[in-house]
Amino acid sequence: MSLVFAGVCSHAPGITGRSERADPAVRDAFYAAFDRMRQALEEARPDVLIVVGAEHFANFFMNNMPAICVGMAEHYEGPIEDEAWLAIKRRRIPGAPKLSRELIQEVMSDIDLAYAEEWKFDHGIMVPLHFLTPRYDLPVIPVNINCQGPPLIPLHRCYEFGRALRRACDARPERIAVIGTGGISHWPATPDSGRINERWDREFLEKFLANRREELIAYRDDETWREAGQGGFEIRTFIAVAGATEGCTGDLWFYAPIPIFAVGCTVAVMGLKSSAV
Amino acid sequence: MSLYYTQKLLYQLNRDPALRRRLEQDMEGLLAESELTDEERRAIREPDIGLLYVMGVNGQILMHFAAMRGYEWSAYLEAMREGEHRYGPVRTGLYTRAEGR
Repeated sequence: MSLVFAGVCSHAPGITGRSERADPAVRDAFYAAFDRMRQALEEARPDVLIVVGAEHFANFFMNNMPAICVGMAEHYEGPIEDEAWLAIKRRRIPGAPKLSRELIQEVMSDIDLAYAEEWKFDHGIMVPLHFLTPRYDLPVIPVNINCQGPPLIPLHRCYEFGRALRRACDARPERIAVIGTGGISHWPATPDSGRINERWDREFLEKFLANRREELIAYRDDETWREAGQGGFEIRTFIAVAGATEGCTGDLWFYAPIPIFAVGCTVAVMGLKSSAV
Repeated sequence: MSLYYTQKLLYQLNRDPALRRRLEQDMEGLLAESELTDEERRAIREPDIGLLYVMGVNGQILMHFAAMRGYEWSAYLEAMREGEHRYGPVRTGLYTRAEGR
């Protein structure tokens, strides 16, 4: 059946944890876009949701850092952060271990992966789930692309991973949804938190939504770091979704810089050409 | 400098409630077991969030340690700014200042 839904969204912890400090008009429009994405996801009737995220030293550290890791657990738990700090209550989230195992095996024909049967979700996955699967009843397969601790996987490999994931999904009977979640330009958790390069973000989003592979993989990390901050390394998650939806284009449902959330808040959905939709 | 081990201890504290209890009950014992310099032990002990930032601790690790030690969001940001003012620019890692920043 393959992919029945694909999109991208932001995941910054301030989106839930500092909600009362944002401009209500912009914040509520962003939340409404998230809810529109939830409805679209539900209408696609997925059996499972793959979340391609960029965690922040919740499970993986520089003692053994995988470039890409896929979850293979019966269930997950999150958030790992203080519940009050993130304003999301800790809970268990169902996994899909059999499908995970088989997808991992298939993807490994093209891309080396790590896997994990134990995984605590941080805000990078919990914030999207808070909005998109508020009942936490849809099985999740987490994917982490290391975007925090260099050396980082090159962008063209992220696109290839997306392609490989798509090929693996195409061979499955399940209805599979995939979202990528990361920041575009941002300087999170630093004194520059709240700085956002809107011009850079919009330029990147244009390339992403048009799925122009060559332009997406042409970004250089040193330039991204200078113009979009260390948080800009998380474009890897978007590029993986672009690879998984190669040949398709997307629609931007929301973009606005919200400095107290420390990111240009984004919701976008890809139009899938698959007969499965 | 043993930035790696400083970050590792904070990473472990962020994700392990038992280790957090140990920090509360036997901080000196815990710090003595870690491969840290005296400056790093002092920064964790006080805590001196600004110094940890200047040492190069990743903010994705530091912001949770700061919250654990009672720093509200704005206070956390201010502590890092004070650290740069007091100790100078970030010494190593992702946050060394870019040209023109």
